[in-house]
Amino acid sequence: MADFLRQNAGRFFANNKKGENAELLADLNSEYRDRRKDAVKRVIANMTVGKDVSSLFPQVVKNMQTEDLEMKKLVYLYLMNYAKSNPDLVILAVNTFVKDTDHVNPLIRALAIRTMGCIRVDKILDHICEPLRKCLQDDNPYVRKTAAIGVAKLWDLDQERALENGFVTVLQDLVSDSNPMVVANAVTALAEMQESSVSKDVFVVNVAIMNKMLAALNECTEWGQIAILTSLADYRPLDSKEAENVCERVIPRLQHANGSVVLSAIRVLMIFMRYIKSEDFIKGMIKKMSPPLVSLLASAPEVQYVSLRNINLILQKRPDILQNDVRVFFCKYNDPPYVKREKLEIIIKLCNDKNIEQILSELKEYASEVDVEFVRKAVRAIGRCAIMIDEASERCVNVLLDLINTKVNYVVQEAIIVIKDIFRKYPKRYEAIIPTLCQNLDSLDEPEAKGSLIWIIGEYAERIENADELIENFLETFLEENSQVQLQLLTATVKLFLKKPAQSQEIVHRVLQTATNEIDNPDTRDRAYVYWRLLSTDPQAAKAVVLSDKPPISVETRTISPALMDELINNISTLASVYHKPPKAFMGNRAFSADAVKTAAAADARDEEQIIGDAVLDASGAPAPKNVMTDLLDLDFGSSEPAYTSPPVSSSKPASNNGPNYSADLFDMSSDMSGSSSSVFGGMGGMGGMGGMQQQQTQHQQQAPPPARNDPFGDLGGLGGFGQPPQQQQQQPTKPTQSSAENDLLGLF
Amino acid sequence: MISAFFIYNQKGEVLISRLYRQDLKRSIADIFRIQVISNTDVRSPIITLGSTSFFHVRHENLYIVALTKWNANAALIFEFCYRVINVGRSYFGKFDEEAVKANFVLIYELLDEVLDFGYPQNSEADTLKMYITTESVKSERAVMEDSAKITIQATGATSWRRSDVKYRKNEAFIDVIESVNLLLSAQGNVLRADVAGQIMMRAYLSGTPECKFGLNDKVLLEKDPSNRRKTSNTVEIDDCQFHQCVKLGKFDSDRTISFIPPDGEFELMRYRTSDNINLPFKVHPVVTEIGKSKIEYRILVKANFSPKLYANNVVLNIPTPLNTAGVTCTATSGKAKYVPAENSIIWKIPRFQGQSEFTLTAEANLTAMTHKKAWSRPPISMDFQVLMFTSSGLLVRFLKVFEKNNYQSVKWVRYMTKAGNYQVRF
Repeated sequence: MADFLRQNAGRFFANNKKGENAELLADLNSEYRDRRKDAVKRVIANMTVGKDVSSLFPQVVKNMQTEDLEMKKLVYLYLMNYAKSNPDLVILAVNTFVKDTDHVNPLIRALAIRTMGCIRVDKILDHICEPLRKCLQDDNPYVRKTAAIGVAKLWDLDQERALENGFVTVLQDLVSDSNPMVVANAVTALAEMQESSVSKDVFVVNVAIMNKMLAALNECTEWGQIAILTSLADYRPLDSKEAENVCERVIPRLQHANGSVVLSAIRVLMIFMRYIKSEDFIKGMIKKMSPPLVSLLASAPEVQYVSLRNINLILQKRPDILQNDVRVFFCKYNDPPYVKREKLEIIIKLCNDKNIEQILSELKEYASEVDVEFVRKAVRAIGRCAIMIDEASERCVNVLLDLINTKVNYVVQEAIIVIKDIFRKYPKRYEAIIPTLCQNLDSLDEPEAKGSLIWIIGEYAERIENADELIENFLETFLEENSQVQLQLLTATVKLFLKKPAQSQEIVHRVLQTATNEIDNPDTRDRAYVYWRLLSTDPQAAKAVVLSDKPPISVETRTISPALMDELINNISTLASVYHKPPKAFMGNRAFSADAVKTAAAADARDEEQIIGDAVLDASGAPAPKNVMTDLLDLDFGSSEPAYTSPPVSSSKPASNNGPNYSADLFDMSSDMSGSSSSVFGGMGGMGGMGGMQQQQTQHQQQAPPPARNDPFGDLGGLGGFGQPPQQQQQQPTKPTQSSAENDLLGLF
Repeated sequence: MISAFFIYNQKGEVLISRLYRQDLKRSIADIFRIQVISNTDVRSPIITLGSTSFFHVRHENLYIVALTKWNANAALIFEFCYRVINVGRSYFGKFDEEAVKANFVLIYELLDEVLDFGYPQNSEADTLKMYITTESVKSERAVMEDSAKITIQATGATSWRRSDVKYRKNEAFIDVIESVNLLLSAQGNVLRADVAGQIMMRAYLSGTPECKFGLNDKVLLEKDPSNRRKTSNTVEIDDCQFHQCVKLGKFDSDRTISFIPPDGEFELMRYRTSDNINLPFKVHPVVTEIGKSKIEYRILVKANFSPKLYANNVVLNIPTPLNTAGVTCTATSGKAKYVPAENSIIWKIPRFQGQSEFTLTAEANLTAMTHKKAWSRPPISMDFQVLMFTSSGLLVRFLKVFEKNNYQSVKWVRYMTKAGNYQVRF
């Protein structure tokens, strides 16, 4: 038989001629058994490649009544696929099904009940209840475990009927079955039904049920163990003692060879840990959880990926875990890129002043690899270490300088971006390296890197002898630059002028002229107008605004809000824990409208990259929370208007206090301004339109998470927020991003 | 829960498609082809489009794909995909396009059995083989009689073993296979050294034998005060995982490994140690770039185990820059040769006695390049096998077999250490 199959295998798939259905029809009606079977196989092959063979329905179903198990299975497979398109003919099959559920062979009984449940036609519902009831009480556990899932299938079609027939109660009884696999399947079915039930009382895990599940846990298959562990996670213990007991029963699962069993056990442990009062017990649990988490890194790369995402999560909740294991997260040369990326994230999370030396030399190694995206991440990671650990900053800077000396284009650019942040964190500490940076002017072609270097030049203009030449150099291509670079150039020129008025009066004049006359981008143009007005009315005020002290930046290693964190811990090992997003964010059609999902996803995408990555983005004017831009303008106007009664707003004031009041003032300002220059007003109108851009970008973010870096629209979107009514700002969620992002924007000046 | 399961070939043609839930249509298969198979830059094994998530694993020339519309257990889905591959390998020898095409009927049967309504069921190849067979016609009769027994067993507490196994000679073979992972920095510091061990067992034992298995496990031996004196020779195991036949509760309480083995070959346990690793080989590379046109290599390898033992199939893979024009090399033992396709010098030493050392000297000539991109210097990697040696020092102390017939059984133990990721940076 096997040989026969092999010889004919090619034929099943290759036979693509036109009149094939007619030929199959003839074969299906053949008097020879082998011929009929061969024909059914060809039908299935056609079905697989997506051809419509539904017209053969009556002929195929005719072959259902046979003692040949293989043939029967093939016909069943066909039935499951095409029953929906031929609901009237399904009745032909029902009789055989019902007969099969009484067959002496338990395999056939189970097969019949399993298949019946998969035929989603109303007609079959009238006939399924009796056989199902019989099978639920079958002597054979194999039939019972199949019937248990069958109840879930019926429930999915018609909840009413399942309730009326008392199947829910039967299923609840099966949780105490003597066979572990039956228990596991009953739990699986009940858990699914509970989720979709209206009354939510189908399966409430109580002490009695929990004990039954724990008893079956030791004996069922790995998949059954996962089902039980998943339901166990829904139980809420009454007291600390009970939680400890459950944990003790679950801990042995950590030694299972199947990684998903281990992760499911970890989920239960992490949830129950909330209820345990004894610190010692928790310490013991953490100690027992670490080695299995490390062992997960020896599994298949895809499982590793899921594990790493979860470890990332657990580390944010319990930073004390895995403290001494940073080495196991070092990347192997041949790890897939997605694994390397996640390992890098975890290395940074585990970084402290004791292991920094080791980590730095490792990161430097990564920076010489070939995968450009990974190299960039490695360079950024070095910057994050510098900002996180003060004592290590000098070593980090040295490593970055080494990297700049490799002259590899993208490494140099990334290093410069990172160094800008180090400058902001530790002002006036590493100025000596500025000449080295300036040597690499010519190799910069990315807007962000250019912007960063320009910012550095502007910021330290008084210490760079030829700052005016350097700026001049950049200005040659001013009109062709990306708007992000234009903004930075504008600001840097103004800084240069304020610091060295004598040398740069001509430059600043020329730049402002060009920006206001020749640039169509309202954002750049308006910034130029603002500066111009500032400089002409009150240069001192301009100084106060543009050259004020920058608030320090910091790195957030915990990027998930506590509420979301709890929800994610409840979902360890699931998709939610991989995406670090609540389930509703990607299971769109189930509970949420598409728009809600988009917003949630975008918000989370922001959550995720908000460490230095974001700090950098925002500094160069990429997408930032809307209110940031508004705050920024607040500052401008506040200090430029001497008549303003409230205390002068300096940039060091925590910007989050500038609530709706300020922006309301702002509105007054802008109308005031429109008197002096009508084009400003036009510009504002233009910005209103930009709000739409951000919408687009939000969509974009959802599909490909944090690409936003070079997105010129982000900036406009940010300003778009300014054009919206003040109430908008109160709705801005207070996220941990806020402070760092706000600070970053200030860096623009 | 898995909503649908597909197998594609490399061209993106659907070879197997099985829907378990009604929440998606067959045409969803095309979306995966467009988004993943024809996309050159896929950066994650999980992709969510709309509300459908695609999980994929590549094996040989196949894409194994599971779909879900739920917030499903991601780890479970990947483990399950790998399990399907294992079952396929166990049935067909090789699980590739040819095997899938030749056996598609059987694969549909298996998929019907291992997943019900999207929930994984029994997926042990040995058990499945009892009732899903390639020769259905012949065994039909037998299945009728046995199926009652088979089904009870397939769902029971020892679902991995038939009860009526009989052997004339009762034997058990244990293979301890250790993979040493090493990462040595350019300065010669050990960045990472650990051992991933695997204990394979081939059990040819009659009846329902209860086995007890003992290792020189530090935690276990130090617990017993009578052993305190001879604890010098123990191994600290960081972590271990067991085959599902091992009673985990028992291991957790008193660290004894007891089990009823499946019939035939299986992986009894996996373990990991990182304490006191004996590195079988030391490598000292000296690589100097002379100007822009030449690189000099001097690589010294020393075997760090007893002179009574030998290592087999020692291979060093020494990377050279992409613009290498030619290499001249001489080795004090074995054969060294420049392989342009792999951008490296491959140095093979078929037999390497313990405590001996060999040197390779080589000179790579480089062609001039227009852009001066620095050479990324990938690490030197090494491959070897050393028989009767364990890097961790792990030893099997005993394997006891208890069976109600009280038969005598013969046990054999073998040790082998091989290279895992054995890499040296330079």
